[in-house]
Amino acid sequence: MSKRRVVITGMGMLSPLGNDVKSSWEGVREGRSGIGNIERFDASEYNTRIGGAIKDLDLEPWLSTKEARKLDAFIHYGLIAAQQAVDDSGLDDYDALDKDRVGIAIGSGIGGLEYIEKNVLTMDKSGPRKVSPFFVPASVINMISGNAGIRFGYRGPNIAIVTACTTGTHNIGYAARTIAYGDADVMLAGGSEMATTRTGIAAFSAARALSTRNDEPEKASRPWDRERDGFVLSDGAGVVVLEDLEHARKRGATIYGEVVGFGMSDDAHHITAPPASGEGAARSMQNALRDAGLSPDEVDYINAHGTSTQVGDVAEVAAVKSVFGDHAEKLAMSSTKSMTGHLLGAAGAVEGIFSVLAIRDGLLPPTINLDNPDEGCDLDFVANKSRKSDVRVALSNSFGFGGTNGTLIFRRYED
Amino acid sequence: MSTVEERVKKIVCEQLGVKESEVQNSSSFVEDLGADSLDTVELVMALEEEFETEIPDEEAEKLASVQDAIDYIVAHT
Repeated sequence: MSKRRVVITGMGMLSPLGNDVKSSWEGVREGRSGIGNIERFDASEYNTRIGGAIKDLDLEPWLSTKEARKLDAFIHYGLIAAQQAVDDSGLDDYDALDKDRVGIAIGSGIGGLEYIEKNVLTMDKSGPRKVSPFFVPASVINMISGNAGIRFGYRGPNIAIVTACTTGTHNIGYAARTIAYGDADVMLAGGSEMATTRTGIAAFSAARALSTRNDEPEKASRPWDRERDGFVLSDGAGVVVLEDLEHARKRGATIYGEVVGFGMSDDAHHITAPPASGEGAARSMQNALRDAGLSPDEVDYINAHGTSTQVGDVAEVAAVKSVFGDHAEKLAMSSTKSMTGHLLGAAGAVEGIFSVLAIRDGLLPPTINLDNPDEGCDLDFVANKSRKSDVRVALSNSFGFGGTNGTLIFRRYED
Repeated sequence: MSTVEERVKKIVCEQLGVKESEVQNSSSFVEDLGADSLDTVELVMALEEEFETEIPDEEAEKLASVQDAIDYIVAHT
């Protein structure tokens, strides 16, 4: 059976840089940081008091009063990004759309943490009768996909893959395969996250994963820089519309790019840290290259996982060197997390979109705050300023707690 | 101080996401105001909180309309 080609025909995003794709991408092009002081709760007792929040979001145009009241914020973000992506794709205007053949794969790394906190505190204070009947549907992770299915009437495969920080990448990769294999013609895919809550910040902080550069929030996320001290936890969502190429052509859709490769692997090493060799990451990239039928030297740009942690950043560089050999010196690799912070389960989706936009606009996103590259961090990281460059093939990496790795490869759409 | 009727209607609007003009005393939560089974459970919880009372499950099940809720509150608080 030959694989069907899968293209991207719609994109939606909420990020600390902006509440849609356009403004977020503008932030990336300008090398702006979206990181600031935590305002959602009183963080004064916390070691980490900074994060990447969604700012000035008016729910009213996007959600019904009921949706706004009875769903956790991670579902709000996911649904809004999904609506943006569907609007962008023009799917709703296509009368011949067979909704039995449209599916959804939108996940989250953590889920409805804020809603869980609220209900546990209420139960502790006032007893079990005060737990909301919406507790489960407002907080479990597949409820972005579930609510989006109801909203759009899409009756195809409906799933939510949960793999920590690899969630967005795995959902897009899985969705692309669902189309390639013929199980659906169109898929909404991506991830969403809102984990900058009291418990979320406390927990990642306890794991010593977060930057404590509280006095300079905009400089806190600094992948590969000698002074990096952990990642910055951020909120947001990314959703793409993936479509069978023939289906997209038939309805005259705008095609942003093609998903040509998806690879996965596991470190089988440690619950939170990768091996210094980046061996698991390397296998993920190799698997994606094999799936794409591309040789390493065809890759122009890598959107790195690059979270700004001590071990992870160096391991990814080692992995890229082992996969790309001499070509590692020629390609560009940057971390847009230097600007957005780490959106956990949404990261892969947001970064996949940035990768596609790098292809569309011929623009390499920068790695900001890269003042003094650390030892062993000697690739072209597009330091501090975005740069014009022809990008035909872009690769996007995501690595998650548990040792789970995922890689997507996007290519400029060519007949 | 608002009347029981006003307070009940306000909670119904908040909980079910409907406009004040849509809520009549005779409105049925499910048939007229679009509530599902989860909404009605949470609506009862909100009424309990507002009126500092406890509505037993077997009584809560009988509250089908705005007037039912008003009558119950008036009789029990």
